[in-house]
Amino acid sequence: MAPPEVHQLFHRPIADHSFSADKQTLAVARDTSVELYGRTGSGFALKDELKGHDKTVTSVDIALESGRIVTCSQDRNALVWEPSPTGYKPTLVLLRINRAATFVRWSPSETKFAVGSGARVIAICYFEEENDWWVSKHLKKPIRSTITTVAWHPNSVLLAAGSTDAHARVFSSFIKGVDARPDPGVWGERLPFNTVCGEYLNNSAGWVHAVSFSPSGDALAFAAHDSSITVVYPNGADQPPKAVISVSTQLLPFMSLIWNGEAEIIAAGYDCEAYRFKGNEGGWQLTGSLESKGGPAEEREESAFNMFKQMDLKGKTKDDTQLKTVHQNTISTIRIYEGSNGAVQKFSTSGVDGRIVIWNS
Amino acid sequence: MSQSLRPYLQCVRSSLTSALCLSNFASQTSERHNVPEIEAQTSPEVLLNPLTVARNENERVFIEPSINSVRISIKIKQADEIEHILVHKFTRFLTQRAEAFFILRRKPVKGYDISFLITNFHTEEMLKHKLVDFIIQFMEEVDKEISEMKLFLNARARFVAESFLTPFD
Repeated sequence: MAPPEVHQLFHRPIADHSFSADKQTLAVARDTSVELYGRTGSGFALKDELKGHDKTVTSVDIALESGRIVTCSQDRNALVWEPSPTGYKPTLVLLRINRAATFVRWSPSETKFAVGSGARVIAICYFEEENDWWVSKHLKKPIRSTITTVAWHPNSVLLAAGSTDAHARVFSSFIKGVDARPDPGVWGERLPFNTVCGEYLNNSAGWVHAVSFSPSGDALAFAAHDSSITVVYPNGADQPPKAVISVSTQLLPFMSLIWNGEAEIIAAGYDCEAYRFKGNEGGWQLTGSLESKGGPAEEREESAFNMFKQMDLKGKTKDDTQLKTVHQNTISTIRIYEGSNGAVQKFSTSGVDGRIVIWNS
Repeated sequence: MSQSLRPYLQCVRSSLTSALCLSNFASQTSERHNVPEIEAQTSPEVLLNPLTVARNENERVFIEPSINSVRISIKIKQADEIEHILVHKFTRFLTQRAEAFFILRRKPVKGYDISFLITNFHTEEMLKHKLVDFIIQFMEEVDKEISEMKLFLNARARFVAESFLTPFD
């Protein structure tokens, strides 16, 4: 397996990152601004800085087709950055929320995006032609706490959301005039706005950190703070789900997850490395880490001279500040970098250590 | 290291490692604020169950985790009056310099001698495993320090008493 591509951009936490469709541009949320990096040979160079927020930027997403960038921040606002020949032009979105915006994602159709917030609502935003403005409709019920994450179904109508009230929920965000009527599926037949298609809790009710639909959209996976991931297979409207499978692990909690086909999940989080889960409706299990850690070969020979030198210089014999993993701190986001038909060839991770790493799956 | 100290420290270490899974979390109750939830105590759903690890009735650690902050309080061993005074002076010395000490809390939690407050901003700037190492090392060293000070104090008291009483014998 080819070694991962590591890019140390800076030494501040990366809240979120996103690649453009051609992989030439990388948007990174850093403190109160969003930095755009351009591919130069094997590395990335700072190209542009999007300044418009005055509190920590929590999330950023680039629309693959249109190239528009949406960002949201703890200052309660979301901005849509329109590419133009003279640079990116920001437009403020009418979110109507009074707490921090925590998470934003474009729908696959790119006509809408969802903004999770600390105000116990999800704002579904769409462009209104007559006012020339991005407006929003709120998904309110039955959210009881801050939304930590959202994920879109491939049909751009259903939206999964995880929250600190320990529930992962599936909502309908159907907006008349923007969306085409979706085909009935396993999540339900009629889907007016704010229909709750599913509400799931795992065994120990930990905060939900990540949600994701499988490539077909017929299964939902979520990761919670009790170090578990849960996979839900629904069974049509008003029916109990076919299977709800929870895998608890001995690891630290996962912050983010992606599907690789219908039978594999890649999750990463506080353990600073990515793990692979495999399974199907019958059951899921952890199969191991994606990182091949260098064993004894990597450790340098310890001579007595070296040992005393270290003791003299640093007051200790062993330097244990470096972790064995590629990421040196929590991985906060994991995204598909290259894939086709749901199968992932490459994925990218970003973390608190300011690194972007591109992995081969 | 004594027989019961090792499992005690090991238990504190693993509890701290799992408690220090912190993320950036803006306040749900006040607009545009980002405060340590464990101190604010305004949203019960983002607080986790507090945990006490005790070696005996005089030595214990109290860990209160939440989504973006952890409060760690330590009760230092105090066998007699002298140790009690020494611990009080020692912790006072440290807490008065809390600014320079980033993770130290200015006031200990009731019933404990010294408290640390670690937020997500600390885990972002510093290495998490090193923060855990620091707390463990502090717990190891502080007992040693106090008993050393006590020995020194006793030796000095003896010396003073001897030199004071010499003219009379």
